[in-house]
Amino acid sequence: MSTLPDAAIAPPVRAPRRATSPAWRIATDFVENPVAVFGLALLALVVLAAIFAPFISPQNPYDLAQLDVMESRLEPGSKALNGGTYWLGTDDQGRDMLSAIFYGLRISLSVGVASTVLALLIGLTMGLAAAYFDGRLETLIMRIVDIQLSFPAILIALILIAVLGQGTGKVIAALVTVQWAYYARTVRSAALVEKRKEYMEAARCLALPPSRIVFRHLLPNCLPPMIVVATVQVAAAIALEATLSFLGLGLPITEPSLGLLIANGYQYLLSGKYWISFFPGLALLVTIVSINLVADQLRDVLNPRLQK
Amino acid sequence: MLVFILRRSLQSVVVLVLMSVLVFVGVYAVGNPIDILINPQADQIDRERAIAALGLDKSLPEQYWTFLTGALHGDFGKSFVHATPAVSLILERMPATLELAFAAMLIAVILGIPLGLWAGLRPNGISGRTIMAGSILGFSLPTFWVGLMLIMVFSVMLGWLPSNGRGETVELFGVVPVSFLTLDGWRHLILPATNLALFNVALLIRLTRAGTHEALLQDYVKFARAKGLTNGRIIGVHVLRNILIPIVTVVGLQFGALIGFAIVTESVFAWPGMGKLLIDSINVLDRPVIVAYLLIIVTFFIVINLAVDLLYSALDPRVRLTELKG
Amino acid sequence: MSEPVLIVEGLRTHFFTKAGVVKAVDDVSFTVQRGEVMGLVGESGSGKSMTGYSVMGLIDPPGRIVGGRIVLDGVDLRAQSAEQMRQMRGNRVAMIFQDPMMTLNPVLRIDIQMIEAILAHEKTSEAAARTRSREALVRVGIASPDERLAAYPHQFSGGMRQRVAIAIALLNSPDLIIADEPTTALDVTIQGQILYEMQKLTRETGTALVWITHDLSVVAGLADRVSVMYAGRVVEQGTAEEVLARPRHPYTRGLLDSVPSNNIRGARLKQIPGMTPSLADLPPGCAFRERCARAKADCVNPPAMRAMTSSGHSVRCFHPL
Repeated sequence: MSTLPDAAIAPPVRAPRRATSPAWRIATDFVENPVAVFGLALLALVVLAAIFAPFISPQNPYDLAQLDVMESRLEPGSKALNGGTYWLGTDDQGRDMLSAIFYGLRISLSVGVASTVLALLIGLTMGLAAAYFDGRLETLIMRIVDIQLSFPAILIALILIAVLGQGTGKVIAALVTVQWAYYARTVRSAALVEKRKEYMEAARCLALPPSRIVFRHLLPNCLPPMIVVATVQVAAAIALEATLSFLGLGLPITEPSLGLLIANGYQYLLSGKYWISFFPGLALLVTIVSINLVADQLRDVLNPRLQK
Repeated sequence: MLVFILRRSLQSVVVLVLMSVLVFVGVYAVGNPIDILINPQADQIDRERAIAALGLDKSLPEQYWTFLTGALHGDFGKSFVHATPAVSLILERMPATLELAFAAMLIAVILGIPLGLWAGLRPNGISGRTIMAGSILGFSLPTFWVGLMLIMVFSVMLGWLPSNGRGETVELFGVVPVSFLTLDGWRHLILPATNLALFNVALLIRLTRAGTHEALLQDYVKFARAKGLTNGRIIGVHVLRNILIPIVTVVGLQFGALIGFAIVTESVFAWPGMGKLLIDSINVLDRPVIVAYLLIIVTFFIVINLAVDLLYSALDPRVRLTELKG
Repeated sequence: MSEPVLIVEGLRTHFFTKAGVVKAVDDVSFTVQRGEVMGLVGESGSGKSMTGYSVMGLIDPPGRIVGGRIVLDGVDLRAQSAEQMRQMRGNRVAMIFQDPMMTLNPVLRIDIQMIEAILAHEKTSEAAARTRSREALVRVGIASPDERLAAYPHQFSGGMRQRVAIAIALLNSPDLIIADEPTTALDVTIQGQILYEMQKLTRETGTALVWITHDLSVVAGLADRVSVMYAGRVVEQGTAEEVLARPRHPYTRGLLDSVPSNNIRGARLKQIPGMTPSLADLPPGCAFRERCARAKADCVNPPAMRAMTSSGHSVRCFHPL
């Protein structure tokens, strides 16, 4: 319950700061929160593991020649016939879980990021178009966005898969369709706020071409909320893809994401061989949580209302 | 008020018709309709007979009309797999899903609102921050993974609760089978309901906290303190009444989402509801069932949206009275 | 002379923010006699509202009363526990706020908001509380009180809402009412009505009133005594007549001169040069020094309140007018 006097809210005159670029300011503000830094570190680990998967995995889990079904369902820490250790155990085909997780991370991350980027581009275009060319076009686009956003993402994704069939491209298409609406709505709200500002009127008075107004003036100011939404959405896309794969309606077996690994292990859960599902699940968890931690801090840092 | 209801009902009908067109076009026109509706193993003569019987030799608008009139009578065709009308299949499993959704909503409200209130009252304390951190987890964790963990801990390691299926049912009003009236039913219900509730618990915590935080800054709280009211009354009556309005609307709208998310939970816990039916149908391409499910769900959403709007205007005196005047 | 109903002595209320210590109230002293109207005048940022909140015990972190005495009808308010203070609020001392739209809870009925104010301090039946509320509404000049009791705040006009707030303040017959700019948000004609009502009611009930405002014309008609505040300090104090007709502090003079109606038509409007200092960053010595035409070298030392006349007209200035 705040009873601050008005005079306290007006900031006292300070010596002006050294001129700093926005990127530097964002970076320094970001590291003020230790939890966020921890999240960033985790995320960096995850991304590195995914990128360098072939180099750091003890085994290539998808090279059938390297697998031995006699080594299946071994507990974590068991020794392999060839001398190495299965740190996280093996699955029902004798695959080293650690390697499978690294490869799985790769696929989960790439599908998540790819769909987010595509959805971002589409949503950005639609949102900017809606904001800039108001009137019927705007109403149409926003009505579609509203209707789509009132349904749970999983439902829309399932329907699309049901209609389009299965396969990597179709899964990405489904993920993109589910996500673009968030971007469109965020961009449009931000753009509407920007549109009312005076520099926009000035730009219009100067008879600048619409594309220039949109790209040089409108867009940069809409970026901060977009970045936050995009970060959160990557996590959501990864989670959604994992869910779809778990349900058997996601990526095909040739591209085993973490979701599929978890699904594989589901049946063994009840017989106590938890590691086949647990460790991929943990990897998924770490990925998603670290992204969300970073996103939360980004949101606070990029929020203009919280800037001093 | 009556005008409002009529207007909204009309809008809802329009949306429903639009959705039916979309669904129709999506499922029946994409790909070969013959393969979609007719069992792909039928031979040539049967195919031609079926084509004629299903009116597939007619033009698209005529086909849609047939579909629509059939749909209005509740006839979405027969399931391929079960050879029973798709609608009855779904209706059979609806009580299970609704039960799960209600239980989840109940858990979410009982846990989410008090926790959010607490976090809003002590935003900088350890308990407040922990609750908020926990809520982030509730959002980010994929539902199916949490379900698996719940099974792992409570069914496998501790052995306290069953890991799948629905418990004993009892006929409510002699018609609807419900399981929450039996102890066995509860044992089976609690894990999937908690799993389903998680996302909403997180959502309600955040919403309640934000609402409480904002409400506490308002002048009417200052005035209530100046009147010498106890903190209990200020929070329990003044603050709560204000934040309840948006929370109730969210709870109502989220109910629809719950029915959607239940798809995943039902798969993890093998809960015999509509969601599981949908997954199975998608896997075997039992399209009449998919179509029927979609349209039923859409109807649900529209009804829920309408109910929430009505509820909102009933709760917020400012809205109610402007409606009356205008 | 009987015991004053409110004694404020050397009150200091500071806010400990990240930007520094904000000295919202910095050595404020005044007394209010039974049934008297004290006008607390100052611009925004002068600390007048914070003084009111300090008396009510409504200062929240990062703010804190750091010094001084507040005695209400013989009771040392700073020594009260939180629960004891709660019992006094709305009971022995009541407050009215500036914006009546937001001070009444928009989703609760008027009768609930009035009855709870009674029931928080007295064990009585709801019916009895309702009757008292009804009577209070009548007393503040609201017609058809039964209808109004069943209504919601947004169905009232601004002036009527403020009357309801006044009625609530009077419900438990407090010894003192603190009114924080209650007419600022209202139309001029309504302002006049409310002022009249308040004057009538306080005379009738013998309730003392601290009227916080930035508007000198309000003070002129209503107050018995006036304290002028600047930058968290009282700079001049006396009877309304003394302070308004024969101001001794340059700031008070400046305030009076800047009222447009006090100026000759066509002549340049008089202003006080400069701006009020930030309360987080006060200049040493007299806070008005940097804007004062009469400032001399010794004004870098903080002046204390000095009595100018035997009737209690005092000024915080080394070089009063």
